[in-house]
This record gives sequence, C-alpha cells and structure tokens, in this order.
Amino acid sequence: MTIDNKLISYLEDLSYLSLADDEKVRLTGDLEEILNYMARLKELDTENVSERSHPFDNVNAFRDDEVMASFDRQLILRNAPVEEAGMFSSPQTVGE
Amino acid sequence: MFDLSTLTLAKLIRDREVSVKEAVCGYIDEIERTNNKYNAFITLAKERALERVEIIQAKIDSGEDLSLLCGVPIAIKDNISTAGLKTTCASKMLSDYVPVYNATVVDKLEQAGMIVIGKLNMDEFAMGGSSETGIFGVTHNPFDETRVAGGSSGGSAAAVAGKQIPLSLGSDTGGSIRQPCAFCGTTGIKPTYGAVSRYGLLAYASSLDQIGPIANNINDCAALFSLISGGDIKDSTCVSEKSFAFSENNEERMEGIRVGLPRNYFTSGIDSGVKEAVMSAVKEFEAAGAAIIEFEMPLLEYMVPAYYIIACAEASSNLSRYDGLKYGYRSADAKTLSEVYLKSRSEGFGLEVKRRIMLGSFVLSSGYYDAYYKKALQTRALLKDAYNRLFTQFDVIISPVAPTTAYKIGENIDDPMKMYMGDIYTVSVNLAGLPAAALPCGFDGDGLPVGFQLIGDAFSEEKLIRIARIYQNRTNYHNTTISAGRK
Repeated sequence: MTIDNKLISYLEDLSYLSLADDEKVRLTGDLEEILNYMARLKELDTENVSERSHPFDNVNAFRDDEVMASFDRQLILRNAPVEEAGMFSSPQTVGE
Repeated sequence: MFDLSTLTLAKLIRDREVSVKEAVCGYIDEIERTNNKYNAFITLAKERALERVEIIQAKIDSGEDLSLLCGVPIAIKDNISTAGLKTTCASKMLSDYVPVYNATVVDKLEQAGMIVIGKLNMDEFAMGGSSETGIFGVTHNPFDETRVAGGSSGGSAAAVAGKQIPLSLGSDTGGSIRQPCAFCGTTGIKPTYGAVSRYGLLAYASSLDQIGPIANNINDCAALFSLISGGDIKDSTCVSEKSFAFSENNEERMEGIRVGLPRNYFTSGIDSGVKEAVMSAVKEFEAAGAAIIEFEMPLLEYMVPAYYIIACAEASSNLSRYDGLKYGYRSADAKTLSEVYLKSRSEGFGLEVKRRIMLGSFVLSSGYYDAYYKKALQTRALLKDAYNRLFTQFDVIISPVAPTTAYKIGENIDDPMKMYMGDIYTVSVNLAGLPAAALPCGFDGDGLPVGFQLIGDAFSEEKLIRIARIYQNRTNYHNTTISAGRK
C-alpha cells in the first residue's frame, strides 16, 4: 500500500499528533515499509479462527468489592501542569 | 563485594559481616564513578536510600527476618512507579513526573527490606531495542562502550553487567528484558503473563507487558522473582495466587528433560557467532543428559508483523492518556483545549513513540481493522495453539534471544524495520504469555556476549528456573566479568 499525505493527516487526527515536516517525510517512508511488511499476514489462512486479545482464557482475578482509601487530592495535583482551586485546569472547553 | 553473587552478599548482610550501609554506599560510589561511561542510571536516589539503610539495619540487628534479599540494593527501570521518586519513561512527556504511589513490585521489594537506589535508563516508553530513543541519551554496553546495551531495559542490564548494582527490575513487552540481557551478558527472566503484578508499570501494551528480574545468575534472578511474584488485588490480570518458592540446588544432570530445538531459527538471518554459541549451549544440554528434539517452529515469518500490530494498537490506546492536563508535559503555546492535546503530545513524544501511536491508529482504523488488527489477533490464536501443542512434547524450548550481538550505537536507529526484525525470536513468547529465561552462553568473534533463551509453558517457572540453574551449574559464562569478556 502507498501512504500519501491525506492518510498521514488522517492518522495525525486519529492520534492527536501534529508532525513537523521532517517527521512527516520520515514517517511516510517508514510506515509504508512497515505496513507492507505487516501485510504478509494476509497470506495466512485464518478462516474460522477466533481472535485472541489476551494470552489466557480466564483473565480476571476479582477482588472483594470493598471501599478503600484513595489518593490525597493535593498530592495528585502536584503533578498537574496547571492547577486551580484544587482542580485540574484547562482552557475553555465549550465554544472553542 | 562487587564480584559476589547477590545471595552471598545478602547472607553477609544478614550475618552482619557487611552492613547495609556498606553495601548501599559501596554501590552508590560505584554508580557515581562509572555512570558517565554507561549512562545506565537516570536518577540516583541517594537520600531516599540512606534513610532506608538505618531502618533496615535496625530490623536486621533486632533479629527480624525480612527476606532472603534483605538489605540488598536494587535499581528499577524508569517505567515502574516509585512514590516520591521521578518516573520518566525516558520521555519529555514525563520528565518531571513524580508518582504518588509505588508499583506493587516496589512495595513488595521494600517490604522485603531491599533498598531502591535509583532508576534506570530505557527506550522512551519502552519502545525500542537499543536504549537509544530516550531523552537522557544512549545507554552504553559495559562490554564495549561504543555499542548499545540493548533495549528497552538497556539500563537495567548494563547496570548489572557494569557492576553498578547487583540486581535490577526490567520490563518485557516483546523481548525488552531478554535482549538487553543477551547483549550485556546478564541473566533475566520474563515471567508468565499474570505471574507478577503490573500495577504501577506505565503501560505500553497491556496484554504483553510483564515486569521481571535481571541479575548476574539465575539463582539471584529466582530469589528476586520469589519476592515480586504472586497475586495483587490491584491488578486483575495478575492471576498467580502464590509467590514463587525459591530453593537452591547443585544438580548437574538433565536426564528425562525434553528440550525442543526449533531448527528454522538457525537457517537464515542469524549471525554465525550467535549460532555457534547457542549451539554450544545445546551441546551442553545434550552432555547433561537432556533429550534434544528438533522441530520446525510454525508461523515464524508472521510473528513480528502480528506482534507489532498488536503492540502498536495497544500503545495507541494506552498513550492516549497523555493529554497535557492531569500530569506530564503541557505545551506552553497551547491556547485552546484541542491545542493542549495536540501540542503537548506532539512536543512531548519522540519520533519512535509517534511512529508506534500512528501505526496503532492505522491498524485500528475503519477500513483497515479487519486486514491488520483482527488478522493479528487470529495469528496470535494460532500461535498460542501451536505453543500448547509443543509443550505436550517438550519441557522447554531452547532458542537464540536475538539474531545478532550488541551492535554499534547509531547503527540501526534510522532503520525501524531492521530494529523490529531483531525481535524475531522473542515476541512470540509475549504473544502467548509464556515465561522465558535469557542466559549467557559465550562470546562472538568480537568478544561480545551471546545469550540464549529457555522458553517454558505458562506458569512453569519452577521447571524453567531449575533447568536454567543446571545449565549454569555446569558452565561459567555468567561469571565472566566485563574485563575478562572484552577482547
């Protein structure tokens, strides 16, 4: 398959990334080579094979449904890039 | 002290022949002396370590039996959360991030009386095989400082090989413990998926990631594995209820052990020096009385594509949490919410991370999902079935870890396909969730370490470690120091 500018912009949108021009040139070539290599999976007969998204069938070790202490809000907010009145702060989200 | 096995050092500490302070300060001095050569450490936690020294020494002095590695210093890959200590994933995105909680493995180590003395270099977000993509610079291989240490747990392996630390923790998503161990001549275990809690491990690909030990020999690895393994109410995928029970023995024979040898792993694309050293390990197994049974590993040419599709798909989802709002890097230029997302992520992630996020977005996108992601999950199912069948015939499978020894710094960094192909022998183990141990088995013509791996059936660590131990009881490659190995 061929990767063109349109597909790169679409992938930038899906990924919430904006590539610099030099990155765009690099990744266009790389993605094309990698995806063409990945496409060899098409040769494989997988009819009637179920998809496996996890290494094991029984995956959940449930814990008791008990209330436990959570983290201290002030401690967590220390990692926030911008904090205001004990909350994470973001620019205006409505009518942007 | 630096040439002792960790278990021997631990015994000297328990017997109060070496103080915890002597051990910890000795290693801190060694890190300060050599880190400009290896760049294995990103953060040295001197004060935190020294505070803990007094507490642990007091417990030892009062006769409290904490664990068999009590008082021993350890360092942790920088994608494993340490409360109050920076955990950066070697990324600009997290360069100032200080977790408010410990990963479960770190809690377990500290409860066992071990002393965390620093955080180790890696590829950014564990995405790479050479520890060259992080913002803190390249980790150098102690056997040859012009070469890479492997990755993504390059700092974890180089620090052990360079005698900066007796033990470390790494993480393995597609070979990230085993390959740096092979490149640096150290021993490591990638545990069965679900044997060790992932709580506090910064996620790359959640159905593949596992934390595991790195040390100079299998006994030290096994001792550390016994401390970190077992269930955790904070990780529902950690299904192993019991911790691994550590024991030592001096066995040297392998009668009755069936070892599978995938002959197609040796036919092309493998360096002759690697092939020779791994085949010499096979001979050692034969000499010990094991039955060597050759077979053709199915699906070999489909393993790398299936792995990268699944790993990148999971990565694109996992890394969507980095939004510039709650923690991590936020672009100073962003004026709107969309710009916060877009600019913070674009400025905060490096090229390899962006490449994998975009690959993941592609294989999950409408129109391509069936041909790529669904197909990869079906390949994973076929591979898992194949391994299930193989382990009715074999106790372990023996294989190379990587097709080459450590390459020159910069040699492959601009060729992602070449880098991905270096994972050909390791990724299927993660897709199937199996345990594997990487062990040194000699040197190539340039004097660089070669490693092989033993792959076991799910949750067969006891058998796997026993067989690895017999190999190391019969050989001495794990005791070859950097000066002796170097030409």
